[in-house]
Amino acid sequence: MTATGLGPTPDASDNPLDVAALAGPRAGERRRWAATSRPAWEERPSRVATALKGLLLAVLAVVMVFPFIYVIAVSFSSYQDVVRGGLILWPQNPTLEAYQAVLKGGIVTRALLVSVGLTLGGTLLDMTMTVTLAYGLSRPGVPGRRFVLALVLLTLLFAPGIIPNYLLVKELGLLDTYAALILPGLINAFNLVILRNFFMSLPQEILESARLDGASDWRILWNITLPLSKAVLAVVALFYGVAHWNEFFAATLYLNDAQKWPIQLVLRQYVLQGGSLADAAVIDPNQPPPPAQTLQMAVVVIATIPILIVYPFLQKYFTRGVLSGAIKG
Amino acid sequence: MVSIARADAATPRTPGTPMWRQAVRERWMYLFIIPGLLYFVVFRYLPLLGNIIAFQEYSPFLGFSDSPWVGLENFRRILTDPEVAVAIRNTLTIATLQLLLFFPAPIALALVLNTMVHEPLKRLMQSVLYLPHFLSWVIIVALWQQMFGGDGVLNQALRVAGNEPINIMNNPFFFKPLLVLQLIWKDTGWGTIIFLAALTKIDTGLYEAAAIDGAGPWRRLWHITLPGIRSIIFLLLILRLGRILDTGFEQIFLQRGAVGAEAAEVLDTFTYFRGIQGGDWGFSAAVGLVKGLVGAVMVFGANRLVKRFGEEGAF
Repeated sequence: MTATGLGPTPDASDNPLDVAALAGPRAGERRRWAATSRPAWEERPSRVATALKGLLLAVLAVVMVFPFIYVIAVSFSSYQDVVRGGLILWPQNPTLEAYQAVLKGGIVTRALLVSVGLTLGGTLLDMTMTVTLAYGLSRPGVPGRRFVLALVLLTLLFAPGIIPNYLLVKELGLLDTYAALILPGLINAFNLVILRNFFMSLPQEILESARLDGASDWRILWNITLPLSKAVLAVVALFYGVAHWNEFFAATLYLNDAQKWPIQLVLRQYVLQGGSLADAAVIDPNQPPPPAQTLQMAVVVIATIPILIVYPFLQKYFTRGVLSGAIKG
Repeated sequence: MVSIARADAATPRTPGTPMWRQAVRERWMYLFIIPGLLYFVVFRYLPLLGNIIAFQEYSPFLGFSDSPWVGLENFRRILTDPEVAVAIRNTLTIATLQLLLFFPAPIALALVLNTMVHEPLKRLMQSVLYLPHFLSWVIIVALWQQMFGGDGVLNQALRVAGNEPINIMNNPFFFKPLLVLQLIWKDTGWGTIIFLAALTKIDTGLYEAAAIDGAGPWRRLWHITLPGIRSIIFLLLILRLGRILDTGFEQIFLQRGAVGAEAAEVLDTFTYFRGIQGGDWGFSAAVGLVKGLVGAVMVFGANRLVKRFGEEGAF
């Protein structure tokens, strides 16, 4: 941390005390150019402090991004690139061989299909259950809802434990079924609280007048509440989706049959445990096969791509304070 | 100011209306509530009953009703089993390291991000910092192996420079700090969100008044910023303490093989290997039950302590 100003940096538009805007054309001009919004009362940081902070942030950015660049570069590398050794940051002879080999093999493809199915189906069920309960608990004047809410919130403080959860799934006959990966996690209490708080922040008069006009609660939820809640619904759905895509623990616990494995378990077997991708198809018998490392990195990249695709959509909402609704009283 | 759930709006229930009549009038609302309630009862509360096997020598073939009862024998074994002692020691060490090193990291990073006045750059930094939170532990561990494993970037560089390669990922000595570093790398950025949101709620007039009165940046940090986010820090600390013994099953499970049980076994992995893999059901259920009770005691104790210091607490 540096000795720069530690004050907040509000947008000029929503800060009535922003005197910087009145400080003459030069300040305004510079601010537009630099897209900054330092209030007039705040000291300008010293050059050393600015340089130190810039260095810190640059190092952080490199530390966060470097592993991804490296892994992507290796996954596109040819046999010669890897054998030559040295640090690969840009493949000399980029090739898709590793991806072709991995995807032709069948095991990775099947695991991907399983994960896609689990993610889509699981997220749909999660959202249905979470939205209906959040709506039910957001409406005032329903006797008993405080009790239900207390039951929900209490689960934020304790979890039943691995063995009791396993016994329940076993008693219900769900071992080695995909239901074991979906049913126990249908509603996440945290996501429920986010949705309920958001529903309660909507103007209740609209809902009341719709009720007085004779609209059923299903219609109110479908035609009024949900359309007004698109952003927060998107965030919660993506939370659920990411959780299903990354599912590992429940799959380890409940799926013994390797044929049913989702992508994360296959990833573990091939990448972390060094299981050979023996089924990786030979693309060209005259060429040396892609080295194990590039095959492994190709699987890592394939498993990361869906997250990278949805990430910009998620990112759009993070900074808007959608989530902070969860902890506002 | 801070609480987990939003406070209720005034209920439109007219005074004097009996509860049951109100319930009849709102009967359709129960169609929304009951499926979710059933989920919580079946999947979050019903399993608690399974803890009775902690008092049994449970066998899956005999079931709950026919397995012999052994009283507190399983709990007595917790005190004598040497592997449990190792798991407890590792769990406490890792939990302490996480609390000391990981818990404050997002607060510090949020304070740094909050000083960034260049908005596009700040948003770019946030995008980069949040990303690893959304990746699975399998991918995170794979990335770290590529960096610090035997053939990783670090060792390649050391070899090129003519040095001996060093073994980080397979070294029991490095294992616990490594776990915490991985956690910091993965989740510090994401953890800043809640603090950044709290920081925007601090009245900017306070900073201006303090600056005009001659308070420098550090004094404003100490007297305005930190008090402004104190209640959210306490709330997160209480919730964290409730899960203090959850040291992260996946992260440890994935790397346990590389360093061995002596360095890596924690209560969660012990329960898994001894119970589900090893079939010692009653005993591992007892270990899990004690762990859960400790978490509950921690959360309620922390809440009372925080309230005694004049804070609001979580509930």
